[in-house]
Amino acid sequence: MDQLLAYIIALPLAGFLVLSMAGRQLTAKVIPWIGAGTISIAAIITIFLGIQFLQSPPASGAYQQLLWQWFSAGNLSVSFSLRMDALSLVFVFIITFVGALIHIYSAAFMRHDRDYARFFASMNLFVCSMLMLVMADNLVLLYLGWEGVGLCSYLLIGFWYETPANCRAANKAFIITRIGDTAMLIGLFLLFKELGTLNIVEILQQAPQYFTSGSANSNLIALLLLGGGIGKSAQLPLQTWLPDAMAGPSPVSALIHAATMVTAGVYLIARMHVLFQLSPLAMTITALIGALTLFMAGCSAMVQTDIKRILAYSTISQIGYMFLALGVGAWSAGIFHFFTHAFFKALLFLAAGAVIETLHHEHNIFNMGGLRKKMPVVFYTFLAGTAALAALPLVTAGFFSKDLILWYAFSAANGNAFLWILALAGAFITALYSTRLILVVFGGEPKTHIGELPGQLMTVPLIILAFFSLTAGFIEWPHNLLHLTWFSDHVQRVLPATIVQDNPPSEFIFQTIAAVITLAGIYGGYGLYYHKSGVRWQQSPFLSVIHNFLFNGWKFDQLYEVALVKPFVYIARISKADVFDRVYNGIAQGNLKLNRLLSVSQNGSLRWYIAGVLIGILFIITLQLLS
Amino acid sequence: MSSFNVSTVLIVASILFVLGLIGVLTRKNIIFMLISVEIMLNAAGLAFVAAGAKWQQPDGQVMFLFILAMAAAEVSVALAMVLQIYHQHKTMDVEELKELKD
Repeated sequence: MDQLLAYIIALPLAGFLVLSMAGRQLTAKVIPWIGAGTISIAAIITIFLGIQFLQSPPASGAYQQLLWQWFSAGNLSVSFSLRMDALSLVFVFIITFVGALIHIYSAAFMRHDRDYARFFASMNLFVCSMLMLVMADNLVLLYLGWEGVGLCSYLLIGFWYETPANCRAANKAFIITRIGDTAMLIGLFLLFKELGTLNIVEILQQAPQYFTSGSANSNLIALLLLGGGIGKSAQLPLQTWLPDAMAGPSPVSALIHAATMVTAGVYLIARMHVLFQLSPLAMTITALIGALTLFMAGCSAMVQTDIKRILAYSTISQIGYMFLALGVGAWSAGIFHFFTHAFFKALLFLAAGAVIETLHHEHNIFNMGGLRKKMPVVFYTFLAGTAALAALPLVTAGFFSKDLILWYAFSAANGNAFLWILALAGAFITALYSTRLILVVFGGEPKTHIGELPGQLMTVPLIILAFFSLTAGFIEWPHNLLHLTWFSDHVQRVLPATIVQDNPPSEFIFQTIAAVITLAGIYGGYGLYYHKSGVRWQQSPFLSVIHNFLFNGWKFDQLYEVALVKPFVYIARISKADVFDRVYNGIAQGNLKLNRLLSVSQNGSLRWYIAGVLIGILFIITLQLLS
Repeated sequence: MSSFNVSTVLIVASILFVLGLIGVLTRKNIIFMLISVEIMLNAAGLAFVAAGAKWQQPDGQVMFLFILAMAAAEVSVALAMVLQIYHQHKTMDVEELKELKD
């Protein structure tokens, strides 16, 4: 069993190598077989391993494989070894399974693209890096994967690099996540300085003995790691890159910017849960960031007109829920929301990609409409996805995961009413914009000419994802309904159980409130958008100011422009003429002058040169005689 | 070979050398400059032979053979270059060949 771990990573890597080296020689028929085939085989291996894991869990709680010693210096020794425990298994399953479906979809979606091979090469490298991230048994290897996914995200956002805006978006994503990465790297250094090891298992074992709860060092390390998670997972205040990242192809948005990479922060926090438990401050901040992000991003999603930007803000908002869950100590609920979210958000992005392609690259939802009859498969799958996103009670996967988070936001040990109200407001907004999305895109009259309909290669992944969007939640039922806890039992082999406050209020009341809020949001969206009236934002100046404010993502870009970019550019400009530069410029100027002086002697006269040689010889002989 | 004053020969050699040097420095025609260089080489060769005779060693004469061979090689290359210069510039005057100046 253990020996199979390496193949899961090696297959996408092999796909990447073949496609990047021989991609130009391969025909368009072979490329998708390599690109999607490697991931599909990796998915099959994962499912096989997963079944084995569930049937007879390994004694140590994890499959482990040591490949080779990576490097060792002083008392730091880093091995290239993989580890798959219950938590990693969930992530590996999502990455390979959803990844395989997205690759199959891409085979059709990208078929006309000139850089078909480059696309699959980057996607395969991404899957390889992401698997490395979640299967690493030490933090250095994890960081390798962490930077690898950042690189692939950059490459794929800027995939259509001939448009300058796409390159800007790619740079923005890379630079902003780099802020978080730097914080995380410093956190790793600090962790190594304190504990002398970067092996994850050893850290989790030693940390409780070494750190006292709430000590300055444990707070600092947890907050630095949280910084890394915030950057990668597009949480407040580093969320501004994700909406722009939609410049990449739709399958990229589905795989990287919805299902997998942006949840790396969630994985990191869950993986390092012991450190976070030792730092109540970091936990509180995580929960607060999650709650604020889910609310603010939800508000922005409500007013966007670009279908992919709506989904991007919605992704930020849903990851906010996961952070909220982790912050209040509801570890398994956060991972469960990751699990369900990956299905329905990947589905929504893929379906949106199908719609965009069919409508000749139309992104504005108000130019769509009337697609319900024309594209029934996409409509019904999209409906399933939005229902799951809105957390329609009992019939969708989103309900089961989001309901758990809402409940724990109030009742878990770290939870409180403020977080709960924000999460509830977020749930209302989510339901509202989900309804708006489906009504505006698929209802009403057609406004744009419809092109070629998506083929089976695109619709079959949609149907599979739709199936899971509806049913993936059934493996975990609330405590007062059936009380089925397969998922949390599985994850709690690694993660601590959620501590609930003493005498919690009745869970049933909370579920009812959540369900009523969701239905109210759906009804609100229905009332506002069914007769294509919408909110008349532009009518009153006050509303249009709010609309612009939300439309621009709470003006964070403008804030950073004024607060950081402009001062930086200003400082860079004035430091162009600082005193140090004068020293160096002076040296350069002096050399230039000397050069002009000496170049006079190069007058082209042969006899002058001979005289020069002669004087040189005389000089040397004189020196010899004198000494 | 019995009565033979080394310093006389060396004086002759140095006179020859200085003559050659003056020729190189003052002549304008490139062929005369080459001939002057040959004179300087021969002066050096004469000094070698004289030194070899003084110490009764064959090395001085060996060295002269080397100089002879080197001079032959050098002159053939230099004459070829002179021919090219004449072809392209129609002059032998070094004062007019100043294209390599800064």
